Amino acid sequence: MDDSPKVNFSIENGKLEISGKSLPEDVSAFYEPILEWLNNYAKNPQPETELTFKFTYFNTASSKLILDILTVLEKMKDDGNKVLVNWYYPEYDEDMRDAGIEYSEMIDVPFKHFSFNP
Amino acid sequence: MPNPIPNSGFLDFVYTFYKGMKDYEIALAYEGDINHQIMKAFTDLIEENMSQIKEAEALKIKVYHVMVESLQNISKHAINPGNLSSLDYTRGIFLVSRNNKVYNVITGNIIKKDRITYLQELIDHINSLSQKQLDDLYKKQLREGQLSEKGGAGLGFIDIRRKTGNNLEFEFQSISETHVFFQFTATIHRKL
Repeated sequence: MDDSPKVNFSIENGKLEISGKSLPEDVSAFYEPILEWLNNYAKNPQPETELTFKFTYFNTASSKLILDILTVLEKMKDDGNKVLVNWYYPEYDEDMRDAGIEYSEMIDVPFKHFSFNP
Repeated sequence: MPNPIPNSGFLDFVYTFYKGMKDYEIALAYEGDINHQIMKAFTDLIEENMSQIKEAEALKIKVYHVMVESLQNISKHAINPGNLSSLDYTRGIFLVSRNNKVYNVITGNIIKKDRITYLQELIDHINSLSQKQLDDLYKKQLREGQLSEKGGAGLGFIDIRRKTGNNLEFEFQSISETHVFFQFTATIHRKL
């Protein structure tokens, strides 16, 4: 369904990418398995973990779960692991750009911001 | 007492309705069950419609977002009024109108009277806030809110006001001793 984002894990590289549109009918059902996986990964992560968000849209229900994902990363950083968040926003979308800035202010992990042409 | 519309006047009604839609510049009008598929169908439809008239991408995504949040407020947060059939509580109306200045996204649905105070206070409060206060409230709700009916509805309203910069408009119309019709309008300026 094109209402749920694409999720790509590359465990060996410590890279996780979530992209596309996020407005699933049941936000918890979609994101809980990702959170569970991430919490497990956090127990023994790669030396560097890179989380890339490349949304074209997400609804307010998704925004909570995105914060939950970032919170796991923050905990990984507190545990002494290296983490990085890449926040992509469509070049015309100021709201998506601002969302990345807001998350970077709420969560204490390094953020990089990039525009892209979807 | 007005004459009831005779069967043969149905075509007249349809024409009057069509003219009304033109006069009020209504791009889309729907009454029925408001569920996930309906939400996706209408958001796709309006998105396509806006592409055809070459609206700016930034405006398209704003209107899209207001539609998603407004419709999800009904489909996810409508409560069962009890004496209505299980379909009726996610039933409502949905309108999108467009003139040369604004888009209006209008929803209407039946809710229990005991929800009025909560909704009234919530929306009045959201309307009273500055942009900075809205951003702070949004972040606070994001951190502390539960994924419950109450928390979810709040975040949607806050974000609609925050992203459009316009006051949320709403009205309650009594339909029975226990229920009201809750009408909600969000306005998006075409020139951002």
